Amino acid sequence: MSQSRLLSVLVDNKPGVLQRVASMIRRRGFNIDSLSVGPTDDDTVSRMTITVHVGRQQAEQATKQLAKLVDVITIDDITGLRNVAHELVLIRMHAPPGERTELLNLVDIFRGRVVDVAPSSVIVEVTGSSEKIDNFIELMRPYGIKELARSGVVALVRGDQARIRLIDFAVGGEDESEGPRAADAAGDTTGTV
Amino acid sequence: MLTGAQIALESLIREGVDTIFGYPGGANLWLYRYLPEYPQLRHVLVRHEQGGAHAADGYARSKRGSVGVVFATSGPGALNLVTGLATAYMDSVPVVAITGQVPTTAIGTDSFQESDVIGSTMSVVKHSYLITRAEDIAPTIKEAFHVARTGRPGPVLIDFPKDLQAAVTAFNYPEAPVRRRSYPAPPQPDPAKLRRIAHLIEGAKRPVILAGRGVLIAQAEQELLELAHRAHIPVGWTLLGTGAFPVTDPMALQMVGFMGAGYTNKAVCDADLLIMIGMRCDDRVTTRLDSFAPRVEHLVHIDIDPAEIGKNVVPHVSVVADARVALRELNRIVEPKREHQWLTQIDQWKEEHPVRFTNHTGLLQPQEVLEEMYARCEDEAIVLADVGQNQIWAALWFNYRKPGLFLNSGGTGTMGYAFPASMGVKLANPGRTVFCVTGEGGFVMNMQEMATMVENNIDVNVVILNNSSLGMVRQFQDDFYEGVRSAVDLTYTPDFLKLGEAFGMKALSTDRREDVGRLLDEAMAHKGPVLLNFTIDPGANVYPIVPLGMGMLDFVEAG
Repeated sequence: MSQSRLLSVLVDNKPGVLQRVASMIRRRGFNIDSLSVGPTDDDTVSRMTITVHVGRQQAEQATKQLAKLVDVITIDDITGLRNVAHELVLIRMHAPPGERTELLNLVDIFRGRVVDVAPSSVIVEVTGSSEKIDNFIELMRPYGIKELARSGVVALVRGDQARIRLIDFAVGGEDESEGPRAADAAGDTTGTV
Repeated sequence: MLTGAQIALESLIREGVDTIFGYPGGANLWLYRYLPEYPQLRHVLVRHEQGGAHAADGYARSKRGSVGVVFATSGPGALNLVTGLATAYMDSVPVVAITGQVPTTAIGTDSFQESDVIGSTMSVVKHSYLITRAEDIAPTIKEAFHVARTGRPGPVLIDFPKDLQAAVTAFNYPEAPVRRRSYPAPPQPDPAKLRRIAHLIEGAKRPVILAGRGVLIAQAEQELLELAHRAHIPVGWTLLGTGAFPVTDPMALQMVGFMGAGYTNKAVCDADLLIMIGMRCDDRVTTRLDSFAPRVEHLVHIDIDPAEIGKNVVPHVSVVADARVALRELNRIVEPKREHQWLTQIDQWKEEHPVRFTNHTGLLQPQEVLEEMYARCEDEAIVLADVGQNQIWAALWFNYRKPGLFLNSGGTGTMGYAFPASMGVKLANPGRTVFCVTGEGGFVMNMQEMATMVENNIDVNVVILNNSSLGMVRQFQDDFYEGVRSAVDLTYTPDFLKLGEAFGMKALSTDRREDVGRLLDEAMAHKGPVLLNFTIDPGANVYPIVPLGMGMLDFVEAG
């Protein structure tokens, strides 16, 4: 069954690493819903947060293929874990004087804030889960969205939970109880010439 | 203080390189400026960069533990490497390509002969580097060789801007082993899983091993032989695993899959325990996926690359490790076992489904040529095959009593691979006879390397199985594409005798069965490259073959 999986990937902060990761995911036929990248507290390391829309088997394959990239340090599939997964959205709203109060009330309800004010527009900023952002955008739509920018998801696991690391695929894990079966393929694998 | 070019060449020597295949051009001329100062580096001027990449591949495949090296200039030179890099990548061959790049100050300006080589090759290399500072040259080369030869080997590309080749800096080759937090060493095999496999072997009634190229890369042939004999397990192999197990051994099956032997496919389909070692289990092995090993109760997969586990077929027990380490550990704990019923059954299948050919036309058959050739190999010659019918015939007729080297572009299926690769093979193994089996189609794709062969007097016997057509495609069109022959006629192939003469290469030709042995003897006696044109039956087909979309047991045999 296909679902969104959240991968948290630490990579060496080197030129080209974003292209390597994106290229691998594309080449293997996986779809990226969202990808964000930025430095960590260690400036030689970047964290990529990737949402891919794949089946369980494919997620494992994507994880392993990513881990093979020489620039990738660790990769955690944090989908099933309790985590904080947030996005940031900036929206420039049509907001002439006199029509702002209702709009700003809604921004308050979403714990957003106004970060820029111009004569006929404001920029509002909201952070939160992708769902919350989706809902906020829908509420803003009738008031007139002039421009919008979304960051993509960044995520961290809450507390000290065990993570699914590549090493679990490599040497650990229980034998599967079912018989041998075809892996979920990204594309058709039979009868090719 | 040395120039960047000198540092690069010094670094190659530190990595044990003795041979470089290459082609100069504007962006790597500083490398060539200093090359003559290092006579311990033999440079072979190929006539096309693709030939250089394949030659480096052949060098590395045939001299296990070594890394093949190829030089090319920027832009078109580097882009001509792409097919060779892809070939090495798919078959896990350690190659380091060093490409000239326009000066760092010109990168991104579309300057003359500039192309984004890192971007263009990203999906066909294990890793790549753009050098941006002179002090990075030596550490980058050291790391590139480490990445190319360790773990699952593969090609690594270093893009080396021209200004940095000329930049003068101190040369300090890093002493310490390469350590990168993002590139861990392959894991040791999990002892609990090996015990489980040993237990499964003990309980199995119909065990089969399939060996892939991972066995050859790990040089685990003896360990595989020991396991097979210790526990009486029949061994089949993939196309790329050909040579990993002695063909005439009592435990030997044959190649598996799409064009594998019928009895191997039968054994795999009846097996209750299937152990796959160092293989990817691709579609050429499984045929239709649901027909692969339907009766298997326990599927075991041993591979050094965790991403291969469960990629195509999900195993019950998997071990991520070097094949040799895993097999050696396994041999320590597997109980000796004698098997009769299963081996008797397999012997019966061997009798019912031998790999054979028929001659209905009286014309020269490719297998007749190969039988004569293999009779002269004495289990020592290194045999390369190109891609197409010649490849499958050469693989199925490979007959060594001990493990041997049979090299081909199994993964990418690169036509034109074998001939240039055979240059690398011979230079890496000057004491061994080398046969390059190819078709007239594949040979012509890289025939410019005849000049390189002759110039360097590289003693390769090139066996062209000439059927005046793109034989495999023609066979597919006849059998699977409604019999419509389209763009497969190669009647207008050059006269190979005259072609050889033009290049100064000895050439022999026949279409008669009775001449084959004599021509092969003459070629082998000649100290230098020889082109052997064997005009064969244009209707000769590859058998057995599983029709497209069909299952493992639907193989069609020679009629």
